[in-house]
Amino acid sequence: MSVHDDARARAAEVRKGGAPRYHEQARSRGKLFCRERIALLCDPGSFVEDGLLANALAADLPADGVVTGLGRVGGRPVAVMANDSTVKAGSWGARTVEKILRIQETALRLRVPLVYLVDSAGARITDQVEMFPGRRHAGHIFFNQTRLSGLVPQVCVLLGPSAAGGAYIPAFCDIVIMVEGNASMYLGSPRMAEMVIGEKVSLEEMGGARMHCTVSGCGDLLAKDEREAIDLGRSYLSYLPGSCAELPPVAVAEARSPTPKRPVEGIVPENQNAPFDMNELLGALFDDVFPLKPLYAGEVITAFARLDGRPVGIVANQPRVKGGVLFVDSADKAARFVWLCDAFHLPLIFFADVPGFMIGTAVERAGIIRHGAKMIAAVSEASVPKVCVVVRKAYGAGLYAMSGPGFEPDCTLALPTASIAVMGPEAAVNAVYANKIAELPEGERAKFVAERRAEYAADIDLRRLASELVVDAVVPCDELREELVRRLALYAPREAPCGAKKHAVHPV
Amino acid sequence: MASVRANMAGVVARVLVQPGDTVTAGQEVVIIESMKMEIPVEAEVGGKVTAVVVAAGAFVNEGDPLLELADS
Repeated sequence: MSVHDDARARAAEVRKGGAPRYHEQARSRGKLFCRERIALLCDPGSFVEDGLLANALAADLPADGVVTGLGRVGGRPVAVMANDSTVKAGSWGARTVEKILRIQETALRLRVPLVYLVDSAGARITDQVEMFPGRRHAGHIFFNQTRLSGLVPQVCVLLGPSAAGGAYIPAFCDIVIMVEGNASMYLGSPRMAEMVIGEKVSLEEMGGARMHCTVSGCGDLLAKDEREAIDLGRSYLSYLPGSCAELPPVAVAEARSPTPKRPVEGIVPENQNAPFDMNELLGALFDDVFPLKPLYAGEVITAFARLDGRPVGIVANQPRVKGGVLFVDSADKAARFVWLCDAFHLPLIFFADVPGFMIGTAVERAGIIRHGAKMIAAVSEASVPKVCVVVRKAYGAGLYAMSGPGFEPDCTLALPTASIAVMGPEAAVNAVYANKIAELPEGERAKFVAERRAEYAADIDLRRLASELVVDAVVPCDELREELVRRLALYAPREAPCGAKKHAVHPV
Repeated sequence: MASVRANMAGVVARVLVQPGDTVTAGQEVVIIESMKMEIPVEAEVGGKVTAVVVAAGAFVNEGDPLLELADS
C-alpha cells in the first residue's frame, strides 16, 4: 500500500467513529451520527475539518470523540463543533478539549458564528489531570465562550446529554435548541442525586428537554427530532449577521406582506381587560415570526421577525397568558433577548399591552424589583433602533420595561386602543379616594366611583397624551405595518459597526 | 388524580365547572381576577371533576389547587 492509500484508509477508518454497536444504539434512539448532523447543518460540500487524526495512536478514540471545522450555512461561513457520542459517549479527553478550544479561537479570529452540536457524557474522569484543571483545559472552553459572547453568534443544538461541566456549553450559548426525549442538561445525574442528596427522580423530570424549555428557561426551542432541531439552528442564523462587525442580512428579495385572516382592526379588543392573542397581531404585521422561548414565561413574547425583509427583534406582552403581567421569569427572558438583539444590531420593536409588573408577597420575595430593574436596564442600554408600539394599556413600570417615551425609543406609536397611565382607572380611583369612598353612605359609592373613573379616563385620554407629545403618532391598526416599514428603513444604521463588541449576551 | 392549579396569584372570580363535569385538556375551568385582568385557568389534562376546592371570592397563590380531576 502506498503512503497515499494508507493515509486515505486511516482517515476513512476514523470517519466511521466508534464501534458499530454504538451506532446501532444511537439509531434506535432516533439519533444521527455526528457527521450526518454536520451534513444537515452545513451547505453541501462546504465542510472542512481539523484534527481528524487527534489521538490517532489510541485504538478506540477516533478524532478523540469530537469533530471540529468550518463550513457554510446559507452561504455564510460558520465554525462547528460536534461531539461523537459513539466514541466513549462523546466524553472529553485532553485532545477533545484542545480541539474545542481551537475551533473557538478560529471563530474568534475569523469572526464567524460557532455552532455546538452537543451530545456528551462530560469529562473522562480517568484523564482529568490532562483536561480539567489547567490553563488550556475544560474551564477555558467556558472562558472562551464568554469572550465570544456578543462578538459572534453562538448556537447550541442539544441532541443528547450535556452533563456536569458539559452542561455549561449550552448555558453560555445565545440559544439552545433541544431535541425532546434525547436532550438533557444537568449538573448531577439522577444516580448522583440519589447517592448524594437522597432524591429519587427520573432524568426527564430533572433535566429533560421539555423541563428546560418550559420550567428552567435553560432551553429556547423544543424540537421533535434532530432534523427539525438542526433546521431551526439554520433558520435562527438567517436573522443574524456573522458577527457584531456586520449588519443583519436584509432579505429584500424574499420580503412578503402577510395575509391576515381577518382585518387587523378586529384583532385588538377595545376592552382593556379582555384577553386576546398577541401572536395574531404579530402575524398580521411581519413577513415571518421566529419565536424564542415560546414555551417559557409565555406572558411575554420574544421573537425574531422580518419586516419587509429586514430582521428585527420583537418584545411583546401576551395578554392571553397571565394577563400579560410581567414576572421574574418574563423579565429575565426579555432582558436576555434585548441583550442578544442589541449585540447583533437587530432593531427592537416593543408591543405594549401590560397591566404592570406583578405585585404581592410571592414575587417580592423572588426579587421582582431587581429582576424588573434588569429588564429596564437592558432596554435602556440598548443602542439599536427602538420603536415602542402601545397596543392597549401600558401601566406603571410596564411602560418603562416596554421602552416607553422615557427610554429614548426612536418613536412611540399608539394604536387608537392605547391607554398609558401609572395604573388603570379601577386601581387609581381606589388608591386616591379609598378613605373618601369608605366615608360615603353605601348607596352613593357606586355613583361616586363611576364619576371618578370617568374623570380619570378623560385625564389620560389618548388625544390628550398626543397633544402633550407623550406619543409621537396615533396609528390605525391597518396602517401599522406600512408605518413600521417606513420608519425602520429610516432608523436603520447605514454603516457597518466598528467591530468591537458592545457586550456579552449575559446569562440570567 | 390530577389537580388544576392557579397559574397566578389573585382572587377566584368564577368557577366554570362543577363536581361530576368532564373536562378536556385546554378547557377553561376557572377565571381568576388579578391585576385588574381576567386570567383564564385551563385544565392541563382532561378528566372528571371530583372536587372544587375554592369558591368565588377566595384569594389563591400561584400553584394553589383549584380543582381535583380523576381520569375519566
